[in-house]
Amino acid sequence: MNLTMLLDMAADGFGNRVVVGPREGGLTAARLRELAAGGARAITEAGADAVVYLAVNGPAFQVALFAAAYAGVPLVPVNYRLGQEQIDQLLANHPRAYGIVDTRDNDVVTRSGLVCRTPEDWLADTADRADGAEPEAAFSEAPAVIIYTSGTTSAPKGVLLRHENLVSYVLGTVEFAGAGEDDAALMSVPPYHIAAVSNALTNLFAGRRVLVLENFIAEKWLELVRAERVTNAMVVPTMLARILDCEDVDRSVPSLRSLAYGGAKMPLRVIERALAEWPHVDFVNAYGLTETSSTVTVLGPEEHRAALASDDPAVRARLASAGCAVPGIEIEVRDELSRPLPPGTPGLIWIRGDQVSGEYAGQGSAVDERGFFFTRDQGRLDADGYLFVEGRMDDTIIRGAENIAPAEIEDVLLRHPDVTDAVVVGVPDEEWGQRIVAAVVITSGSTVTPDQLRAHVREHLRGSKTPDRVAFWAELPRTVTGKLLRREVVAALQADEQPVAH
Amino acid sequence: MKPRVGQTLSSPVDTTTVIVVRAPDADVELTCAGVPLYDAKSGAPAPDGEADPAQLGGSQLGKRYADDELGLELLCTKGGQGTLAVNGTPIPLRDAKPLPASD
Repeated sequence: MNLTMLLDMAADGFGNRVVVGPREGGLTAARLRELAAGGARAITEAGADAVVYLAVNGPAFQVALFAAAYAGVPLVPVNYRLGQEQIDQLLANHPRAYGIVDTRDNDVVTRSGLVCRTPEDWLADTADRADGAEPEAAFSEAPAVIIYTSGTTSAPKGVLLRHENLVSYVLGTVEFAGAGEDDAALMSVPPYHIAAVSNALTNLFAGRRVLVLENFIAEKWLELVRAERVTNAMVVPTMLARILDCEDVDRSVPSLRSLAYGGAKMPLRVIERALAEWPHVDFVNAYGLTETSSTVTVLGPEEHRAALASDDPAVRARLASAGCAVPGIEIEVRDELSRPLPPGTPGLIWIRGDQVSGEYAGQGSAVDERGFFFTRDQGRLDADGYLFVEGRMDDTIIRGAENIAPAEIEDVLLRHPDVTDAVVVGVPDEEWGQRIVAAVVITSGSTVTPDQLRAHVREHLRGSKTPDRVAFWAELPRTVTGKLLRREVVAALQADEQPVAH
Repeated sequence: MKPRVGQTLSSPVDTTTVIVVRAPDADVELTCAGVPLYDAKSGAPAPDGEADPAQLGGSQLGKRYADDELGLELLCTKGGQGTLAVNGTPIPLRDAKPLPASD
């Protein structure tokens, strides 16, 4: 079970089909395999034990992913937006790495001692070495990919994704050559996100051409979808919100058949608007973690439409659910003592399956004796197996002796017609331990007041969940992949409350 | 033999190669054109035998062959001329039930 098997099959089954890049001049499956074989020789000759990829998404990334696999070393995509100190720390873990680095980041990386070439040089080098010789995957115990978690709640950890994990995911969820000749997928997440890795694999196995938008700009996304007749796309919720908020531009997407979203919580208002604006598009909500090789639950297109059309509150509520487990995945919701809970009861989400890695660099496996991985997410299953994710355990606010999940309050705030974005955090408080503070973005021209929003929350939730304070912000700090930076929110709110020194 | 999930099995009489996607917790006889499949990576010698002319239905690259009663599923990673069979019975081609593309 090696990633190279997926590419070997693609080259065998539809070698002449363009699978990466523009219809004219893109890479065919057979060419991708030749370049990967050439790249593998370059990596092996350099004596490298990993390939560090610190650049935007594109053909160089796909070639690097499979070249590393043939060479038997892990691909380590690194966030090019990290600061010098964090990049130094990550690169120190891979001293013998082969570096593929965008020119503009060279200074940062050169100082670490890593030998670098640009993505363009990498592609040129692999092309020089691509002599058509049959590649043979090196025997290796090394993981296929190491992804560093975004570290929004703790220090970044290197998640080891083994070939078996990733291949299990692909075989469990995708039909070989299942895509039509004219299918094209547009990827907008950066290569250091698990979705970029899984997307490169699943689309290749399906025989679907992949295009990338290197830096997300909503107008560009719309233009590219129309120009390249994109049929499938994946976005994070903030991207979808921005696309729908584009004023005075053509927001039609006639070729688009499927839009997958995930990576962060989707505000109901945004998905409802998208469903209404693009009724011909199949919406798919995918939930998963880096540690689970991407998607473990899916809410499919029919479930979206049924939820939107239904009067049954249970069916309607499913629009906010992450859907049901994909084949080969088992979900348990457990209490704090790890005892399984019945449907409907909120608890902690545990996941088991061949695609689940749960293994961190230098720390070993984090799965329990039954093979389940603790996601650190809270949530519940309904009677039909639909999973509702209710936020990170680490985000829990403890006010007095009461545990409060911010997601519940955020959901209520987001239901207010004047609120476009909201985050609720606990700010240190001498009396209560933590106080509940909300930072909220309101629609332009709104005259709503903080007290009105507090009253709105009190109408829906019990009094102890009413924010002690509501701050109005122009925007909330998020990563490019849409995750809220709660620590920054807390820091800014605290700074905001300091008495001004005279 | 007792197939393992993730194991690659090859036919000694044609190009057919499969990967085990689901495996029963039992001994089964897996054949292609009537001759046992084997794990080439295990170092085991290729089984002897001649392709049975009556078992040349072929297998197709990328297709799944599954016996749900047994809990067996094979994914064909290289097609060939022989018929895949378990305990002497041809393994049916499984209908594709693709999930919506989620990424």
